[in-house]
Amino acid sequence: MEARILTDQPETPLEVDHQRAVFPEGLSLDCGAVLAPVEIAYRTYGILSAARDNAILICHALTGDQYVAETHPVTGRPGWWERMVGPGKPIDTDRFFVICSNVLGGCMGSTGPSSSNLSRLAFDAREDGDAVHEPWGTEFPPITIRDMVRAQHALVRQLGIERLFAVIGGSMGGMQTLEWAATYPEMVFAAIPIATAPFHSAQNIAFNEVSRQAIFADPDWRGGRYWESGSIPARGLAVARMMAHITYLSEEALTRKFGRRTRRQNASPEASGDLEHPLSFFGEIFEVESYLRHQGSSFVLRFDANSYLTITRAMDWMDIGAEHDGDYAAPFVGTRTRFCVVSFTSDWLFPTSQSRVLVRALNRAAANVSFVEIDSDKGHDAFLLDEPDFDRTIRGFISGAAEHAGLHVGPKL
Amino acid sequence: MRLDQKLIAQMIAPGSRVLDIGSGDGSLIDHLFRERGCDARGIEIDMQEVTRSVAHGLPVVHGDADHDLAHYPDESFDYVVLQRTLQAVERPREVLRQMLRIGRHAIVSFPNFGHWELRLKLLTTGRMPNTAVWSTPWFATPNIHPCTIRDFLALCSGESYRVIEWMAIDEEGERAPWRRSIRLANLFGEQALFLLGRNEPASRDERLK
Repeated sequence: MEARILTDQPETPLEVDHQRAVFPEGLSLDCGAVLAPVEIAYRTYGILSAARDNAILICHALTGDQYVAETHPVTGRPGWWERMVGPGKPIDTDRFFVICSNVLGGCMGSTGPSSSNLSRLAFDAREDGDAVHEPWGTEFPPITIRDMVRAQHALVRQLGIERLFAVIGGSMGGMQTLEWAATYPEMVFAAIPIATAPFHSAQNIAFNEVSRQAIFADPDWRGGRYWESGSIPARGLAVARMMAHITYLSEEALTRKFGRRTRRQNASPEASGDLEHPLSFFGEIFEVESYLRHQGSSFVLRFDANSYLTITRAMDWMDIGAEHDGDYAAPFVGTRTRFCVVSFTSDWLFPTSQSRVLVRALNRAAANVSFVEIDSDKGHDAFLLDEPDFDRTIRGFISGAAEHAGLHVGPKL
Repeated sequence: MRLDQKLIAQMIAPGSRVLDIGSGDGSLIDHLFRERGCDARGIEIDMQEVTRSVAHGLPVVHGDADHDLAHYPDESFDYVVLQRTLQAVERPREVLRQMLRIGRHAIVSFPNFGHWELRLKLLTTGRMPNTAVWSTPWFATPNIHPCTIRDFLALCSGESYRVIEWMAIDEEGERAPWRRSIRLANLFGEQALFLLGRNEPASRDERLK
């Protein structure tokens, strides 16, 4: 593997035509602004039953997107939750109609900072002086997790669905799941918030702030107007991703995967005298560095820096008790939704203690709750990885909920 | 399902809201949902049991009697069940209070430390008794608050709980024939099972008899 240098400007990512729903009337946002028009890119899997009662909405995490269970058109990699979603999988597309949309503010086809701001005309010198709409950039209105949920709600209604059988998501997807249950309780039969919290902690806001400062510090960011120079703040965004990626793992996972292994045999301070293969002090010496740089440099090919700023800020605003004097039970009082809260032992980004705060709040609201902490050393990312107990939990909870919902769909009941 | 769980299930009116503390493998809540149409939920301290229960579609949370009951609202259940666990909690009196705060009724079973075999062994050997029911040595037992049937009745009286129904049962969970005399039950009953209510004007609970 070649050493990666973070200053490289990556090649322009593939232009992909995403499947979209358009809402010309737009959305009223929590900040008071009306964003119009709004486009939401989405994918569906499976077949909606005649009674339209078997829909499961999957909410993706910070850097995820709508390509849950198919090859990603930009990266060419498998869908981010193919382990969990598909025929015969715990979220069984033979039984359920699965929907996943790119979040509002995202950069995989939904309206976000890289979308055209129709109220702004600019002259694009490259196009012979034709007037074009310039992107929103940092003028994109601040959005919240609830705004993302409102956009999903508009999509779900446009798909002709009155009630979702389940909403499920991990991390920021779990925050959306909670906002769904709080904002549209009558539309959510079952909710599965995974590796998440009812509020974004000070530590997590701090991590997000470091990510944002890394982007701001990149000269290529150019005050958020990087499209003007035809470059992207690749270094800043890559550093943001590298730092964030550490928080998704655990010390045990890093030790197991990389330990102190170096990228070259005999790589030691003494061996660096080898003139043919000099070891740079700044090069990739340890395997964990190489891994992180790969995470950073591949991330910038598929993610927009201004989207990263917008979405991390939306996470920071997340506090489901904010409008109820900090009472996390109040948004769920009277709920009839069946909840399944899942956390992982080694997740230090959204630790079990925060899931327990949520579970106790749901208990105070007399909600029907299941709560499982899965034993895993894989950190926050465990919800994306192979954890048999986690799969069994999701499969079992969904089957049980389907029985309570009186669902009898598909061939595999 | 164990026989004593069947006796517990018989105490519960169909269609009730039930919280089973220490739900184990979830067999009681599963039975109550399927056979009696109850909205039955569980709390379990052993994570493997929780995972197994949720994977069977049962609503179970990881938690324990000492720390998690305080978070439930008043009267959120018709029955709160505590099976063979009262002697192992940190604060049995507080747990009972919480059970009868969040539930209209409490169903409690516990091993009876007044059983003749325990009395005899302590008397003859001078050592902590070791029986089928009390099988772990004193330094390793989770059963930190053992009590007799008479002790439990004294607590109920002190707390003004109404004993709606009680019975002695043997280790297999079979109902033992010591219903008339508390003293005989306390001597010969290996386990005890109680249905309690708050001490409020009767009538509402009369049908349960």
